[in-house]
Amino acid sequence: MSGDNIFTGLTEEHDGDARWAFGTGFTEALAGVDTTLPVGVDGQDLALYCQMLGDDSLVQAQRLVHWVTDAPELEEEVALANIALDLLGQARLLLARAGQADGTGRDEDAFAYHRGPDEFRNVHLAEAPRGDFARCVATLLVLSTWRLALFTRLADGKDPVLSAIAAKGVNEVAYHREYAVSWALRLGDGTEYSHERMARAVTDVWPLTGELFATHPVEAALADQGVAVDPATVREEVHQVLDQVLTAATLEAPGPFPTAEVAGREGRHTDELTPLLTELQRVAREHPEATW
Amino acid sequence: MVAAASRTEEHRRVWAAAAAVTDPELPMLTLADLGILREVEITEDGAAQVWITPTYSGCPALAEMRVDVDAAVRAAGFEQVRVRTTLSPPWTTDWITPQGRRKLTEHGISPPGGAPRRPAGPVPLTLLPTRTVPRCPLCGSAETEELSRFGATSCKSLHRCRSCLEPFEHVKEI
Repeated sequence: MSGDNIFTGLTEEHDGDARWAFGTGFTEALAGVDTTLPVGVDGQDLALYCQMLGDDSLVQAQRLVHWVTDAPELEEEVALANIALDLLGQARLLLARAGQADGTGRDEDAFAYHRGPDEFRNVHLAEAPRGDFARCVATLLVLSTWRLALFTRLADGKDPVLSAIAAKGVNEVAYHREYAVSWALRLGDGTEYSHERMARAVTDVWPLTGELFATHPVEAALADQGVAVDPATVREEVHQVLDQVLTAATLEAPGPFPTAEVAGREGRHTDELTPLLTELQRVAREHPEATW
Repeated sequence: MVAAASRTEEHRRVWAAAAAVTDPELPMLTLADLGILREVEITEDGAAQVWITPTYSGCPALAEMRVDVDAAVRAAGFEQVRVRTTLSPPWTTDWITPQGRRKLTEHGISPPGGAPRRPAGPVPLTLLPTRTVPRCPLCGSAETEELSRFGATSCKSLHRCRSCLEPFEHVKEI
């Protein structure tokens, strides 16, 4: 092992490859998989789909980070930061894949820091207000259950890179769901007061669930080719899981998911996204010469 | 053109150098112990190419490990080094070697049990630990309790031994 100062090692350039800890060299994460596109798959479509999944992860991670220094207990702060870190890692891989697929060669930072709100493709539930801890649990429960259903299927998809990212993410998202379930049970089946707060959180989150199962034309086209998952196909499974969890938590499942149009996937967002991105992108935009 | 025999020797040297690099978060473990060193190759142009895989998608230690591998292989006499990352097949804790597990225990960290076979399977609807309860790595007692499913790093959870009362970390099964 090198006895050099670690930061010297990280900032040193080898073969033009900047080695900052969180630098652009990380796009090489995809070097292990064949990065050519599957035959017949439209690169622009694939890039857009990767942005949809990547933006869900990135925006949700940024929301979760708002609990750091502000969680009910230190253990929950660590848990939520860990979950956010997993999601950030998934977002980096997905956005790196998007830059390969669309032929621009843009790196993860270009996607994360230099797109405006109308270019983000995440679902509204990912950007929804943080709310109280019960709301955080309800949001995480719904999103992780949904993402797990998508990733499980995506792991068998025809794009080797996307399927590798999904296969890696499945284990992590399963853990996120387990965390959300444990708190839904504890709060829902806890005191009268915690029950009431958890029930309200589920009611508040429910109107945002419909969009998760609305199919964007790109999702439909790529699903036909076996590259993507049509979210409409996981609707029933996700409902069954949530129903089971909410029943065990003595909470009433608020009926079927509402029907909704595609919105975030088309770049149409709520007013919540702009301030979230302003914070996320501020340093990169104010100091365009900075590297990290 | 390098002769086949010396190429094999070079291959062995690269592997040994990369395998000995330690994890910055779990410094008692080498990359070989962790099971994240996947492949070594000497390319046509004489460069040493090393493939490693991340533990978690967001593991921040990966970049540090890449730098350390780079430096270690250079120190072993290779001018051109490429450290590459591969995602497939995904790493699970089952890749940690028996030696790695022994080292963890020796350093007071409880090693993982078997990785969950079907992570996307039924939802565990219980507040009790859903995985094997780890033994205390300090006194060996099976009477332990979970303090927090998430620890100081993504890969560890926090526990306490009811017999010797010491807290300890456990490498989570994933």
